[in-house]
Amino acid sequence: MNPISSYLSSSIGRKWIVALTGLGLFGFVVGHMIGNLQVFIGPEPLNRYGHFLQGLGELLWVVRLGLLAMLVAHVVFTIKLRLENRAARGTPYAVTTRRAATLPARMMALSGLMVLCFIVFHLLHFTAQKIDPSFLALHDDKGRHDVYRMMILGFQSKAASGFYVVAVGLLAMHLNHGIGSLFQTLGLNSAKVRPLWEKGGVAFSWLIFLGYASIPVAVLTGVLK
Amino acid sequence: MNLHLKVWRQKDAKSAGKLADIEARNIPEDASFLEMLDIVNDDLTGKGEEPIAFDHDCREGICGTCSLSINGVPHGPSETTTCQLYMRKFKDGETIHVEPFRAKTFPVVRDLIVDRSAFDRIQQAGGFITARTGSAQDANCLPVPKVAADAAMEAAACIGCGACVAACPNASAMLFVGAKVSHLALLPQGQAERTSRALKMVRTMDEEGFGNCSNYLECEAVCPADIPASVIARLNREYTVAAVKDGVA
Repeated sequence: MNPISSYLSSSIGRKWIVALTGLGLFGFVVGHMIGNLQVFIGPEPLNRYGHFLQGLGELLWVVRLGLLAMLVAHVVFTIKLRLENRAARGTPYAVTTRRAATLPARMMALSGLMVLCFIVFHLLHFTAQKIDPSFLALHDDKGRHDVYRMMILGFQSKAASGFYVVAVGLLAMHLNHGIGSLFQTLGLNSAKVRPLWEKGGVAFSWLIFLGYASIPVAVLTGVLK
Repeated sequence: MNLHLKVWRQKDAKSAGKLADIEARNIPEDASFLEMLDIVNDDLTGKGEEPIAFDHDCREGICGTCSLSINGVPHGPSETTTCQLYMRKFKDGETIHVEPFRAKTFPVVRDLIVDRSAFDRIQQAGGFITARTGSAQDANCLPVPKVAADAAMEAAACIGCGACVAACPNASAMLFVGAKVSHLALLPQGQAERTSRALKMVRTMDEEGFGNCSNYLECEAVCPADIPASVIARLNREYTVAAVKDGVA
């Protein structure tokens, strides 16, 4: 077997793929949040930002396909690892007492799958605009797609906002275990830096939750209109 | 004290097993968990019944032979080996579940005895140094920084009991392999085989069918030798560096 396929068929090699793709997707989550938070500055910067992204043309598709490839690799490698884990456990215990595994750690598969479902809905909602096709006709006075108005209208629906808040909560929960884990898997951990990753990961996941959830909450409470 | 035991009984590797109710009577609270089982076995033998089979050897917490999942925790509630667990940790009249260490890679041989030879095969794949025997060279020829010596000693404390695998929801052996690889990677004597050791031990671990690490850290929580989960991070690093070195060598 050549060295690359040998590495990728090993337990540690596959975990590195999950960690590296997780890191890439985490980078997107941070960037996307910073982009979205421009809604609090006003329509002009947000619509300019949307127009800039759309203007990337072919390059935008390179980024999109790159993200899709990372997502697919993250999910496929995880499924493979989990199937092996299940097989390795064998006969279950009659009694199991967990001493360390946190709730977010044990919920990784569920939170991940829920976030995946949400991504499909979210893309249909705001990117493809299939859920409410009237979003396609929203334009600002400079003729650009009115991303700001789309966000306000989109989040005025209590159901869409509720689903969004729950989904970003699950995403934050996924990152709560994921951020610390990725440093451990990439071998960048020791007794010295461990508290930094563990506490930092939890703090960062809360930041992600509060950042994303602030938008629908601000729309529903009338802070943004 | 008197206790109600629910003990896994299994005739042999091929038979199906089940939890059996067994009463433990007149147990001194200063008896160890294994001594409690000895008393129960005396009682069972006196009644003409089969004694409970369980692994034990040094009974001083250093050999790694004793096992048992006690109330769902490998080695029970005292963060030591089972032989160093005393009955005063339990309440009179308590029900105690006693099961073998569970993992596909640790098949039950009989009752509470499991076959942990998968660990031996991982060790044989690379958990050693190849050294010329005979006259030892002067110790001062091999300087070892104190920090490295301490970290190597911490990893070398692993007694290979398998509690990490038994506690892991994925039955992963990463803490064990991490301890073995870290111990030798930190010392000058381990350098010559550093790359091949990491590659061979991980390959054997995977081939034996142990699960993958999900960073639940259950292993670290039950380890009677206090091996820290940072050895897993070191193993992740050692293995990837070894794979790169081996690939471009």
